[in-house]
Amino acid sequence: MTNTASNFDPPSRGWYKRNEIAITPILFLIPGIFFFAVYVIYPVFQSFNISLYKWDGLGEAEFIGLKNYQKLFEDRAFETSLWNNLKWLVLYLLAIPMGLFISLFLNQKVVGIRLYKSLFFFPFVISQIVVGLVFSWFYDPTFGIFTKLIGFVGLEIKGGVLGNPTAVTYGIIAAGLWPQTAYCMILYLTGLNSVDPEQVEAARLDGAKGWKMLWYVIIPQLKPATFIAFVVTVVGALRSFDLISIMTRGGPFGQSRVLSYYMFEKALSEYGFRMGYGAAIAVVLFMIMLVFIAYFLWSMYQEEKGAH
Amino acid sequence: MHSIIKTSFAAIVAAGIAVTSANAEQLSGDLVIFSDMSNPAPRAVMEGMVERFGAMHPDMNIELTVIDREAYKTQIRNFLTADAPDVANWYAANRMLPYVNAGLFEDVSDIWEGQMSTELASTKGALTIDGKQYGVPYTYYQWGVYYRKDLMEQFGMSEPTTWAEEKANCQTYLDNGIKCYAIGTKYLWTAGGWFDYLNMRTNGYDYHAALTNGEAAWDSAETRATFANWRELIDMGAFIDNHQTYSWQEALPFMTNGEAASYLMGNFAVAALREGGLDDSKLDFYQFPEITAGIARGEDAPTDTFHIPSGASNKDNAKAFLKFIVSADNQTLINNGENLGQLPVNALSAVDDDKFLNEGFDMLSNKAPGGIAQFFDRDAPAEMAAVAMEGFQEFMLFPDNLDDILGRLDAAAVDIYAE
Repeated sequence: MTNTASNFDPPSRGWYKRNEIAITPILFLIPGIFFFAVYVIYPVFQSFNISLYKWDGLGEAEFIGLKNYQKLFEDRAFETSLWNNLKWLVLYLLAIPMGLFISLFLNQKVVGIRLYKSLFFFPFVISQIVVGLVFSWFYDPTFGIFTKLIGFVGLEIKGGVLGNPTAVTYGIIAAGLWPQTAYCMILYLTGLNSVDPEQVEAARLDGAKGWKMLWYVIIPQLKPATFIAFVVTVVGALRSFDLISIMTRGGPFGQSRVLSYYMFEKALSEYGFRMGYGAAIAVVLFMIMLVFIAYFLWSMYQEEKGAH
Repeated sequence: MHSIIKTSFAAIVAAGIAVTSANAEQLSGDLVIFSDMSNPAPRAVMEGMVERFGAMHPDMNIELTVIDREAYKTQIRNFLTADAPDVANWYAANRMLPYVNAGLFEDVSDIWEGQMSTELASTKGALTIDGKQYGVPYTYYQWGVYYRKDLMEQFGMSEPTTWAEEKANCQTYLDNGIKCYAIGTKYLWTAGGWFDYLNMRTNGYDYHAALTNGEAAWDSAETRATFANWRELIDMGAFIDNHQTYSWQEALPFMTNGEAASYLMGNFAVAALREGGLDDSKLDFYQFPEITAGIARGEDAPTDTFHIPSGASNKDNAKAFLKFIVSADNQTLINNGENLGQLPVNALSAVDDDKFLNEGFDMLSNKAPGGIAQFFDRDAPAEMAAVAMEGFQEFMLFPDNLDDILGRLDAAAVDIYAE
């Protein structure tokens, strides 16, 4: 609370006072950096280390070099999980355009719009576990509505969506899209509030409307919201664990596993005693995430540079 | 110097033991118990045992923590290494092997010395690793085919004793629009039960034991014969549809509604089936029929156990508790129809007068000359069980994938049994 004049006081003040401007940010950062280092950075390197060992999590660990990774390449369950992760990444991004269109639809002033907005946002508020349960009943091969509905048009998915090795991953992704779309919607609704009405007005005078208006005027102004929506959706796709765990447990016969679930199964589940192997899967998952993390950091850095 | 301290320490300990054994009736101190008996009936049994043991030793401070049965399976390795209780629940055979190998379970051979070995003879093998015992059993239960007696009578059939009869009965059910077997394979292990029985009946107990121990190959004429028998049922359409989406409980209504005629299951299913409205006039049990003529029948009878973690701090109290658990009186009480409704392990215990318990006890004592297996996921090492049971589920859905599945299992076995 010192005023600016005090900066010109004689140098009789303490060391801290003299360096306050430089020191204070560091002081504030210390707790954050400390916990980030202990709970994130250190475990990352620890995982790298464990992935070089054969270890059941209980007894002695035996150093085996890169053998765990070598085994990963021959492991078809790993391959399935990797492909499923890719499906998740690509299809989960559908949440962004879907969220955008719902938010455009809801961005109007009619009676009770707040209620409609909150109803659309509802799936994001309820737990993923509940979403998973609801969708597994929805997909149930004997009494589920989905089965009945596709039955009307003469379709049948053998074993039900969650019991069919080909359909299962898409079924779970669809369940995941429900809350994720709501999330993207809320991000865009906030973004739409900050769209400059003067620009819209000017575009309108120039004769822009419909898709042209959306594409050239609105969407460029929503860029910050799109960026955040992209980040949370990619992260959401890569940590898709709870839905798989509650809906199929990776089944039928492992066809709906993703890397995070496979890692859990190998290292930590009821029958999993291969910590080293699990850590190797975690490292691969981390490497995939690193690509995106690097991209996010880079584009944020570019933006910061542009701002100054 | 060091040795002097050691000797005097040993002397003090010896004196301490002498004192405790002099007052063997009245123990004091603490006893911390972690239990996975979280379902209502088992929980009441566990609490009852603690209460009765506490009444015998009023000065002992007993602390019981009951953990959800499924969560317990993953938590056990944390608490055994970090914060060990004095007594913990677990399972026999290979399920306890990782913990024994890691030195986390205490050798309790002294409890088994003398008379106990005779009284608990039936499960001694399942709790023995390298000649030492690492826990004590408190209950076990039979597996077999539970079936709708009323349906069988309706079609004028009788309990099958051979594979041909089994298939003929099944065909009759199918012709009348009833599935032969309810099963839910979402959690995989139920398919392990089918494999156990088909393999034990096709190739015998010894071959089955060799296979789960990694001494026989998966891709072999013997195993292929087992799968061929299994395939006969699959091709008939004997199992309920979409079983891969159900848990074993979710498959029960098929049987109570009369859409499926029987269920290969452990005796714990009886309580649920009775609750579902099947009384003894509608529900009955038969031993899994003979497949290869002349092979001595083996049975699955999973044993649930108590162990002392090596990190326990009150081992004397824990041993006293284990001795109390295996005593004939206690086993009679906790396994009766009002409590666990299962079979006592102690040979001097009385089996409660229940149709299924009597039949099961008779079957395990007199009609299982081949041997008693624990269950697929307890006989095979954990990782092998996981890979294999996944393969069983795949086989039940896509029997044509058999070559691929067997190849995969053999590849996995090389790694898993190499240790």
